[in-house]
Amino acid sequence: MVGPSGAGKTTVLRAVAGLARPARGHIRFDDRPWFDAAAGVWLAPEERSVGLVFQDYALFPHLSVRKNLAYGARSDPARVDELLERLRIAHLDRTKPGTLSGGERQRVALARALARRPQVLLLDEPLSALDAHTRAEIKVQLRELLGELALPTIFISHDFRDAIALADRAAVIVAGKIRQVDSVESLARSPTDAFVAALTGNNVLRATASPGEPRSTLTLEDGQQIEVPARAAGSVGIVIAPGDVEVLAAAPTDGDPANALRGKVASLTRLGRRIEARVGPVEVECRAEDAASLLLETGGDAWIRLPEEAITVVPLDGSAATAAEPQRTLPASSTQRFE
Amino acid sequence: MRMPTTPGAGRAGFTALLALAAGILLTFLALPLVALFTQAPLGEIPHLLSEPVLQEILVVTLKTNAFANLLIIGLGTPTAYLLATRRFPGRALLVTLVELPLVLPPAVAGIGLLAAFSAGGLLGTPLQEAGISIPFTQWAVVLAITFVASPFYVRQAIAAFEAVDPRLADASRTLGVGPALTFWRVSLPLAAGGLVAGWVLAFARGIGEFGATIMFAGNVRGVTQTLTLGIYEQLDSNFDLSLAIGVLLVILSAAVLLAYKMISSWRTSISTSTSLFRPSQSLQR
Repeated sequence: MVGPSGAGKTTVLRAVAGLARPARGHIRFDDRPWFDAAAGVWLAPEERSVGLVFQDYALFPHLSVRKNLAYGARSDPARVDELLERLRIAHLDRTKPGTLSGGERQRVALARALARRPQVLLLDEPLSALDAHTRAEIKVQLRELLGELALPTIFISHDFRDAIALADRAAVIVAGKIRQVDSVESLARSPTDAFVAALTGNNVLRATASPGEPRSTLTLEDGQQIEVPARAAGSVGIVIAPGDVEVLAAAPTDGDPANALRGKVASLTRLGRRIEARVGPVEVECRAEDAASLLLETGGDAWIRLPEEAITVVPLDGSAATAAEPQRTLPASSTQRFE
Repeated sequence: MRMPTTPGAGRAGFTALLALAAGILLTFLALPLVALFTQAPLGEIPHLLSEPVLQEILVVTLKTNAFANLLIIGLGTPTAYLLATRRFPGRALLVTLVELPLVLPPAVAGIGLLAAFSAGGLLGTPLQEAGISIPFTQWAVVLAITFVASPFYVRQAIAAFEAVDPRLADASRTLGVGPALTFWRVSLPLAAGGLVAGWVLAFARGIGEFGATIMFAGNVRGVTQTLTLGIYEQLDSNFDLSLAIGVLLVILSAAVLLAYKMISSWRTSISTSTSLFRPSQSLQR
């Protein structure tokens, strides 16, 4: 579940865990109701079978690592030993959490959550409290572990890259509402609104559409125009992934190729064989093998092309088209303010 | 043209003024203590302390305080946990009620307890019918101490429970442990330092209790006469014994204060090491 802070992500996890009681809706696991506002069903946290890893881990500071793991209701010494080994924290078993590093704490918190053999694993921003180096390392370990566990897992993050690394499906949540639920790839490739498009790393260019059949003309804020084979009207966002933008070796002649745009190269970063540039309002990613990329120069002008097959047009927030925007109410959401 | 006084001289003058005020106050505070130790026949103290009168007084003091402290801790701890972890309408009022005895004059506490428990009082009549009479018994001493000393414990205990990260209790619940066991295994151990500090203060207040006790329980040797009442009674008959009890109480009080400070600094060092677990303020409860 991905969304900006304050979107209600943690509240959803707390509701699933039984730590926050929503005003309406229902939460079921395997056809067993954990919460049903209409039927008045509410299971206390200890009656559900969840393993919750808190954002800042909430390890018991007065207990050693081993005792933290052994705390859970259904954990037994064999299970504790197994988890200590599996998460490579066996050497810390007598240590108190206060002296552990961020990565170690995270592994202890994960092991503690798993010790009671939960049926659902809930991870609250599992990577946000870690420094960049540890983060990359933990991401790999976490992906492996989640693969092995084969437990239904909900994890939340404000960073879509975490979802790419760890999730199969993702829900984008904004202001307590789920905007879109889909596979991680589909979210990035066909976002249904500008927010999801931007969150998943796409360019979102503001434009005004004049409808036509079968093609519509989109006028960008600087007056340049492109065409798309779809009907669009009003204020729209042109969504395109940076990697799908092409750099042209030469200026177009007589509108060929189509959908070419001219812009100033505002920034240029060469990372090994990968090149990231900003041409006008457009983020571009290309490879050094691409001959045209050699023409890019900071401060100079460049031609780029937005291939029509790579473009998604979405309504922009605040326009009339927003009314048609797909929005689903979160089942577990309540009327209270989130976070 | 007059030269302004140099700032350096002004600062020195101000510091001298502060030092003078501090000197006067500290001398005044130390004077009775110094007088107590110089006037008391220090050589006689072991002999005085073994007097049967004092033995009786000590027994009454320890017995009544032991019972009162049991009541304070036994009832105060759950009360504090309730007030620290639950939010409900009227909570602020209850906290104020708990704290009220702190500012209430002991004489008012005494008359209030009499009004509640004496014959014809609020609870006095039903108690009398049940054959129970509380005023001027050892139970009266216990109730007086409990009344005046419990806020010292409960206030500290509320603060101690509030300082425990609520997410630790949440974590415990998701690990399959119910609320009562969570209290026992997480909240209580983590608040223990604060609870002990509060208890030390309540204990000191209980030992020093005088006003409410003399009104509600009287000053009967061997029954309701505690150390402080003993000082008062021996004032005329055996001034030396009064002084000896005074010395005893000064030593006891100093020990209590020292214990409290040690527990407080120990707690600070503990809480620094756990502060890494404090939730960031932006996060919701």
